[in-house]
Amino acid sequence: MRGYLRLNGSLLWWLFGAPWTGQMFSITMVFRQMVMIGVRAVPMVALTAFSIGFTLAMQSSHELQKLGATMFVPDLVSVSLLRELGPVLIAVIVIGRSASAVTAELGTMKVSEEIEALEVMAINPVRFLIVPRVVAMMVMLPALTIFGNYIGMVGGWTVCRGFLDIQTTTYISRSVMAAHPWDLYSGIVKSGVFAWFVSTIACYTGLEVEGGAEGVGRSTTSSVVACLLTMLAANAGLTALFFFL
Amino acid sequence: MNPLPTQHPQPIIEVEGLVRKFGKRTVLNGISFTVNKGDTFVIMGGSGCGKSTLLRHLIGSMKPTSGSVKVFGQETTGLDSDEMDDIRKRFGMLFQSGALMQSMTIGENVALPIREHTKLAPDVIDLMVKMKLEIVGLSGFENHYPAEISGGMKKRVGLARAIALDPELLFSDEPTSGLDPIMTAVVDELTVEQTRKLGMTVVVVTHDMTSAFRIGTRMIMLGAGKRQGTIIASGTPDEIRAHPDPEVQQFILGKADGPVPLKLSESDYINSLLGTPAPREMPWNKAENRRPTRWRRSTT
Repeated sequence: MRGYLRLNGSLLWWLFGAPWTGQMFSITMVFRQMVMIGVRAVPMVALTAFSIGFTLAMQSSHELQKLGATMFVPDLVSVSLLRELGPVLIAVIVIGRSASAVTAELGTMKVSEEIEALEVMAINPVRFLIVPRVVAMMVMLPALTIFGNYIGMVGGWTVCRGFLDIQTTTYISRSVMAAHPWDLYSGIVKSGVFAWFVSTIACYTGLEVEGGAEGVGRSTTSSVVACLLTMLAANAGLTALFFFL
Repeated sequence: MNPLPTQHPQPIIEVEGLVRKFGKRTVLNGISFTVNKGDTFVIMGGSGCGKSTLLRHLIGSMKPTSGSVKVFGQETTGLDSDEMDDIRKRFGMLFQSGALMQSMTIGENVALPIREHTKLAPDVIDLMVKMKLEIVGLSGFENHYPAEISGGMKKRVGLARAIALDPELLFSDEPTSGLDPIMTAVVDELTVEQTRKLGMTVVVVTHDMTSAFRIGTRMIMLGAGKRQGTIIASGTPDEIRAHPDPEVQQFILGKADGPVPLKLSESDYINSLLGTPAPREMPWNKAENRRPTRWRRSTT
């Protein structure tokens, strides 16, 4: 835990303190990581978000039909996606795909002496390797969440238009009316917090790998588990916080 | 007539009473030596004798249990990471595996220290990278990735990266292990060439005797077994060749048996563990202690 907190302190210094002293992190590396962490996850996020929106609309319409309230399906889809399902499920996808890759990559770099080589070349590994990954995750996870929200709504629209005879204009207007801007903002705030925890835990676990290929595999598994549990705990905490605010 | 001015050796590395323990195990036990400017200093010894641990203390990756390590006249054992980085900018290091960044091309790998520590224009950096790759015989490989080249080529790229900033001091960990004899000679020749041309001081850790005697100007040998972690011989290559210590001679001549005993049989291992002669037949090999195998038919 002390090592993790030290990494966080070091990260904050390299993000907000060091640039004022002329030691800027590499923007090129940030863009490279944004492609690896975010852009390449787009197809998977799109598929997942579409199926969530589609399933959510199907399940809710089944129950709401009994009450003659199928008109509320768009409301339910937009609110539940923006507030809860979007940020959480897209974070799950990114943890499974990108956080595990970050841990495995850093772990392999550790066991093949690449990180030691950086230190010996007087290049700080936190500035060179960790800051670009954390910044990329902080940008891309909220971006993927917004993107996933829209795709999820398209999934919901498919059901409403195809099976429930709800017009496109009605679907859009009901979705927009039901959701407050704060629903969208709270989802983005959540995904930003998730991004910090997920990226720092994945990086820290990668840097702590010991014992060759077996160690890399073990650390990747524990990284995914730790990221998931922390993300779910953070989600519960933030939901409670927003509820009482 | 005035006498010719005598050239005083200028110490680059001074190690004094270096001790390193891992738990109860002492890996380095009171190591002391000095490396002077322009030396090609070879650290020799068998596998597991503490050569690489000693090297890690010299480059500041490990802190000693006790003792002193001075590099460029500065005590490194108490330095923080920023102060250590100022020293590290003055030396290069060639890792045993090359330790190249797998996600970067060969050109980007060699350019990395130049980009990080200088404000040179990209064109100038590209030119420097081409020059360094030309020196190690790998021009034209700038756009290849480390996974696309052989182990020997990786080592040469590692050398190009280590000398990218023309350091005053070069550390080299097993530079020739895993290389064929021709490539070994090439890497040795490169090391000698760089030392002569740039006045570089080189510290090489190796157990390749041919290579050590080819490039070394001064050498130390670390002991094994009961003399683990101590210097058992030091001097010029000629002094080491003529050293009376039988362990040194066994190592130089590459003999299987000697002061470091040959262990082939179970009793050899038991002898060395217990310090007493083992019985001729091991208890688990005696017929009465053997478990009958399922397929053996009973004779009764």
